[in-house]
Amino acid sequence: MSGKIPRTSNKMQYESKSDATAGLSSSAEPLTNSGTAGQASSGTLILIEVLRLSILIILYISASLPLRAADSPVPDKSVLEAEAQRIAVMDKAKNAVVAVFDSEGKGGGSGVVISPDGFALTNFHVVRPCGAGMKCGMADGKIYDAVVVGLDPTGDVALIKLFGRDDFPAAELGDSDRAQRGDWVFAMGNPFLLATNLQPTATYGIISGTHRYQPPAGTLLEYTDCLQTDASINPGNSGGPLFDAQGRLIGINGRCSFEKRGRVSVGVGYAISINQIKNFLGDLRSGRIVDHATLGARVADSEGRVTVAEILEPSDAFRRGLRFDDELTAFAGRNIGTPNAFKNILGIFPKAWRVPLSFRREGKQYNILVRLAGLHGREELLKNTSGPVPEELPPDSKPKRGREEKPAPGEPPQPPKMKLPMPGGMKSKSELPDIVKRHFEEKRGFANYYFNRLEQKRLWNAWNGRLNLEKQNGPWLLSGELAGGGAYNLALADDGISLKLPAAEQKWNPGDELGASLLPPGSGGLFPALHLWRRLAVEGFARFGEVYYLGTAPLPGREGLVDVLVGSHKGVDCRFYFDPAAGRLLALEMFPDNESDPCEIYFSQFREIGGRDLPGKLEIRFGDEPFGALTVNDFRIEQKAVGEKGGAGP
Amino acid sequence: MKENDCKLVIANCKLQNERIQPGCHAHACRGHVGNYEKSPLSRASAGRGAASVNRFRRSFCNLKFAITNLQFICLLLILAIFSVCSATASADVYADVLPKIVKIYGAGGFRGMEPYQSGMLISPEGHILTVFSYVLDTDYITVVLADGRKFEAKLLGADPRLEIAVLKIGAADLPHFELSKATTGRAAESVLAFSNLFNVAIGDEPASVQHGIISALAKLEARQGVYETPYRGPVYVLDAKTNNPGAAGGALVNRRGELLGMLGKELKNALNSTYLNYALPIAEMRESIAAIEAGKMVSRPDGDAKNKPRRALALDALGVALVPDVLERTPPYVEQVRVGSPAEKSGVRPDDLIVLLGDRLVQSCKFLRADLEYIDYRDPVKLTLLRGQELIEVTLQAEEKR
Repeated sequence: MSGKIPRTSNKMQYESKSDATAGLSSSAEPLTNSGTAGQASSGTLILIEVLRLSILIILYISASLPLRAADSPVPDKSVLEAEAQRIAVMDKAKNAVVAVFDSEGKGGGSGVVISPDGFALTNFHVVRPCGAGMKCGMADGKIYDAVVVGLDPTGDVALIKLFGRDDFPAAELGDSDRAQRGDWVFAMGNPFLLATNLQPTATYGIISGTHRYQPPAGTLLEYTDCLQTDASINPGNSGGPLFDAQGRLIGINGRCSFEKRGRVSVGVGYAISINQIKNFLGDLRSGRIVDHATLGARVADSEGRVTVAEILEPSDAFRRGLRFDDELTAFAGRNIGTPNAFKNILGIFPKAWRVPLSFRREGKQYNILVRLAGLHGREELLKNTSGPVPEELPPDSKPKRGREEKPAPGEPPQPPKMKLPMPGGMKSKSELPDIVKRHFEEKRGFANYYFNRLEQKRLWNAWNGRLNLEKQNGPWLLSGELAGGGAYNLALADDGISLKLPAAEQKWNPGDELGASLLPPGSGGLFPALHLWRRLAVEGFARFGEVYYLGTAPLPGREGLVDVLVGSHKGVDCRFYFDPAAGRLLALEMFPDNESDPCEIYFSQFREIGGRDLPGKLEIRFGDEPFGALTVNDFRIEQKAVGEKGGAGP
Repeated sequence: MKENDCKLVIANCKLQNERIQPGCHAHACRGHVGNYEKSPLSRASAGRGAASVNRFRRSFCNLKFAITNLQFICLLLILAIFSVCSATASADVYADVLPKIVKIYGAGGFRGMEPYQSGMLISPEGHILTVFSYVLDTDYITVVLADGRKFEAKLLGADPRLEIAVLKIGAADLPHFELSKATTGRAAESVLAFSNLFNVAIGDEPASVQHGIISALAKLEARQGVYETPYRGPVYVLDAKTNNPGAAGGALVNRRGELLGMLGKELKNALNSTYLNYALPIAEMRESIAAIEAGKMVSRPDGDAKNKPRRALALDALGVALVPDVLERTPPYVEQVRVGSPAEKSGVRPDDLIVLLGDRLVQSCKFLRADLEYIDYRDPVKLTLLRGQELIEVTLQAEEKR
């Protein structure tokens, strides 16, 4: 968008944006040249006075023509305009940039505020040594207290929240998939922790490459689908924003290719794409330590095709039909040409998302929807998240020279990659400020459970407000039509379910293990699923069992992301999908164990029945097939004395 | 760290009556960072930035005076149209240049010796221009084209003075740079550098691109390790950090996509030991490339034992002793010259590096000895020696009586 003015010192020369100009003379030429330039300039000015508008336009057309720019001794207006625009863009952008320091002010990095209430993005490797609280300096000259919210160790992203304002200047999120090689971009942040006056440093460059893959250190800090830029990214820039020329946030700067030249920018920096972060933002707001995904299959390059080299049988991909040697052709709507391209796509999705996958076998194309498993086991992720950051080199170690190296022929030829250093020590032991203490709650598996409770509360209030079923212990009596024809009567109660069909009646009771009896046959466990639906509404999140807010995920057949709540009760796990705007329960998945498909219930056609906002239709799916559907014509709660035991249903 | 000397220079250029803001051009100073370090010639010019800035401000103020608001709006409209046009042209440059950049894989693999470099296609049938380095020091050179196709490449030949090489792959109709159309860059010209630095891109992933300007066209004064480089001719000194591991062999183009030069090997400034960012101008390489393509400076063709003479030439007969052959590929340095020998009479000196035997490239002591087996002891032999940065040609004839 904006151009740049290379200007030699001994002669005034300008070029129009995006084009080099012929006719520029070498900077090594003697000073006398500038004398001529000066004369030409005054001559042109006289001309302008006399011939006014028409001549001016011609002059400026010629000045804007790439080949002729140097002919004009006056500065190209477009260049000055571009400069003015860039200054304006940077002036605005800087307001959302954060200098992150640990609570002792020893180490730090950068960050960027993305919402007026103070949520800010930075790197996991910046936040990790800070512990629960950090200090954030902004361009307004103030230092704000902040608390950790969510961590993504694999993607090297952290979400923090600043306190002290409800009108923080926030960066506008851009679309990193639209960033193109050659686009002008700028990075802002706190390189070398220079920002002692809290004014961020700006570095300017272009996008050098898009959709880059940078392998992880172990299983953490894997940069997938990232942006490569030649804007200087130095130690301390970590966690800071990469803006496009319009000042929209397109990435979070996090790592560089370093080598012999030491730990300073060599024109090769990488930013985590904002589109990846958008996928994770809901999960990060949950206060969890979030995980990335795996397909449960390893892919390999076989003569230009990406094929399945290995696949785990308990994986969802296997159950959906993916087999050894199948050729992967598209993933999440993007074509796959190399294993890196596959890893790039896989890396931008959180665990538990369902993503479309296309593959080819014997000339036939298959399209499936794959449920992604977690990259790490729960314990593994927790173990990796505490303790020192895996760095190839400690920050103070000297760069090594080639000739001093010992040969290591077995090593794969990988360019050495390093994370930006985090000066300062480990978790600060100093006392947390009160505001941080009030917004921090430690819980295993969570970066900050306080925010999970907040999200649970939000979901519950919205949902229960529509249903008002809490503590209505009487059996639910539903009746209506089956999709295949015929009436039904369904009774849901604490102690069991009965379903009356025209031809038969089925009864189910929960027992000690809900997964033990997955009735009706072929449904994958519709009865336990319905039981849990009622339990969540009647008992509330607090008494349901173990419940936590997972974050956001897509739901098949629906645009955008929805809120996800996870609940466990009597040996089964359940995911509840809520409409983020309306607070309705849209779907429920009941997983009897880790290696089986869930029973899925989709709720739709909401309408008011007896003062309650209830679904008019329930669709049930299991595996790849729909199991059935039923409409709800009537919904009643049988009022019984509290504690009375009785047969469920009429 | 030394690359950041810009700050100092900026501090010297006082922009009067103006608060410097982020985003404001600092190029007046920026262009000279490279020069200041690298070229004594341009050292003096660094201080002149301030003067030119002031001059520019004066003329700009005069100009502003002349423009009315209405005119200003008209101008903006026209300029907007032009800026849209030039932005599109720029996007085409990437689409045009990237298919011509190749990834080259060969020997190396220890840290500090990356087994990869970059190259550019210079003919439709697969001639590739790159740097002559240890990466090519193997019989198995692999070239990956921008579209992901993989080829075994043959080293056609190399110029040890310029340290450039030409490879050939068996392909046709390839996008390529037309060397005859390559142009010359000037100081302050805005340029783009394309390369596969750090081997960031693999397979069909596009090479990296960096932007910068030519700081100066200056003579190279550099060293590689402790050795001074043989080439001391003009190079484009760049203000961008282009010469990273794997970048050597990449293309430097102007903003119209016209080829200007080739990114060179990683070298350090001989004066201050900072890493250099530079490119060899195509004009400097043309003759050499033509010679390699014409079959000179070629690597050894496959030997045919039948053609061996009954009595072959021996180095001893010329009066030359090489350094001990201890490595897989020991560079053929002259260790001793026998007094009164043909070598001494022709001016061969200890420490000369034998780079060509006749028109053939000599890559090692073994190579030289093997090649001599094809030369009859009675025939005169032409040697090309590298002494310092100079190439010296000598013709020797073995002493008859032995």
